[in-house]
Amino acid sequence: MSVDVTLQAAATKYRNKQKIKDRFISAFIGVFAIAWIFPIIWTIWTSLRPYKDVRANGVFSLPKTLNLQNYADAISRMDLPLYFWNTFAITAPAVFLTLFFGSLIAFVVSRYSFRWNVSLLLLFTAGNLLPAQLVFIPVFKMYITLGKAVGIPRLLYDSPWGVVLIHVAFQMGFATFVLSSYMKTIPKEISESAMVDGATVFTHYTKVMLPLLRPALASLGVLMTTWIYNDFFWALVLMSTDSKRPITSALGRLQGEFVTDYNLLAAGAVIAALPTLIVFFILRKQFVSGLTLGSTKG
Amino acid sequence: MNSTAIGANKPHRRRAFSRADRTTLSAFVGVPLFFHLLLVWVPAILTIILSFTYWSGISISRIKFAGLANYKNIFFDTPAFWEAIHNNVIWLAWFAGIATPLGILLAYQIDRQIRGHKFYETAYYLPVVLSLAVTGIIWNFLLRPDGFVNGLMGRDIDNAISFFGNYNINIYVILTIASWRHIGYIMLLYLAGLKSVDMALREAASLDGATEWQTFKKVIFPAMKPVNVIVIVITIIESLRAFDIVYIIYGSSAGFPILGTLVFQNIAGEGASMKGAAYAVILFALSIGPIIAYLRTTFKSDVQ
Repeated sequence: MSVDVTLQAAATKYRNKQKIKDRFISAFIGVFAIAWIFPIIWTIWTSLRPYKDVRANGVFSLPKTLNLQNYADAISRMDLPLYFWNTFAITAPAVFLTLFFGSLIAFVVSRYSFRWNVSLLLLFTAGNLLPAQLVFIPVFKMYITLGKAVGIPRLLYDSPWGVVLIHVAFQMGFATFVLSSYMKTIPKEISESAMVDGATVFTHYTKVMLPLLRPALASLGVLMTTWIYNDFFWALVLMSTDSKRPITSALGRLQGEFVTDYNLLAAGAVIAALPTLIVFFILRKQFVSGLTLGSTKG
Repeated sequence: MNSTAIGANKPHRRRAFSRADRTTLSAFVGVPLFFHLLLVWVPAILTIILSFTYWSGISISRIKFAGLANYKNIFFDTPAFWEAIHNNVIWLAWFAGIATPLGILLAYQIDRQIRGHKFYETAYYLPVVLSLAVTGIIWNFLLRPDGFVNGLMGRDIDNAISFFGNYNINIYVILTIASWRHIGYIMLLYLAGLKSVDMALREAASLDGATEWQTFKKVIFPAMKPVNVIVIVITIIESLRAFDIVYIIYGSSAGFPILGTLVFQNIAGEGASMKGAAYAVILFALSIGPIIAYLRTTFKSDVQ
């Protein structure tokens, strides 16, 4: 009995100690969390202030006016609608084709047993891990050579399609890997009964597997959209005309051009970040599960 | 099973596919495989071959064998290469020693559902979705000569600290910015892994009187082995391939050499020299180890 009481007292003491420790940890992480989002808050704050006001009174001055004028100016002076369109013309087909090709390979590899299944999966996954710099020179030459050979110099080089293709070729490795591990969690019986019913391979894919894959395709689609949207490298090296570049690559040049008007640039940066912020606030579940589907395997 | 059984089995399995099905299957594999090989593996092999040649990049007949000349040039006559290696090593040490452990620590605390954990998770996750181009601009607002930090320190433009130009501090400034994103990324990965660790394991450990640190070290960390490997691989690969954030701050100037930008400076444009190919191969060679580690972890169950 007395042992019980001392044990209980010890447990309470331990719990209280833990509580105080947790408060301390929470406060510490909290201070850092505020520091973490401060750069973003500061950028939004900057974007709402007129340049003249800041110029006259300094960055720390209390604002006389806060408005969205910088946003209107950024959209018209930085040609943002054009760059957004360029981004769309690259991202939409690239994400679609990546998911499509990835799902095809994953389907065959996980539903039919061939001797080279694992090797094929290994090839795609390893391909996705190669550094972009390692493949850049020959791809660049291939695009130019092909363009000259067919008489359309800008067929792939300096064209959205060239950027689309390289994204698809690289990212389909990741998509294959993620989708095939997802498909392994779908019971084989579903496929077997489809085959017993005499379904062709094609209907097996379109009518049976694709509907079941929908959640994985959604997650992966969100993740791929973010990645391709944020890509900087490929659009920079495979395109030479500024007005064709997607918004992420164009930002670098805009930063140089509007280097003095910080408030305008801040508005431009916020607008450019908008699609990814939508992913952050609305499609977060899909983004995180897309990321972790690949890293923890199911 | 005897040989006749196998022999009887085989044609039967083949017959299960009609001609149309076989065509479908070949197309399903063939078309994606074609693009993947043509635009990833073939160029990768060609780059390795090209790194042993001289070529101004104009016509294929002008390629000349160079042996190890490009590599010799890089190792012995290019000080920027060693500077880059130096910077990449510091980058890796910072990520492995500070940023990644912080991400894991955050994940662990947030997973314990301390007060405010939802807000904390959101705050640390936010930078992960932003592009590095936007990240560069955002931080420039804080660190430029007439920016927030210099203003806070009471310095005007004339005696402002040049955070990106001062060689003693710029690497730590860049690493802070890179960590801003990396820590949240690691936190997300780890948090997902922690969700799969059985709660009963932890409770058992704490009932046995294990301290928090012991529980983490002896129970949770070993249970997270696959995630740990992936986190280590990501840490190494990201440190070796860092490119965007440095490019967005320094452009193609040699302001801050790291491997990723050296490759880029030497391969972009029509007159690319094959020294760039050699840089790319070096970058690849350095990341082979982590790639293999990653593949071994993820494919262990398939191969067995």
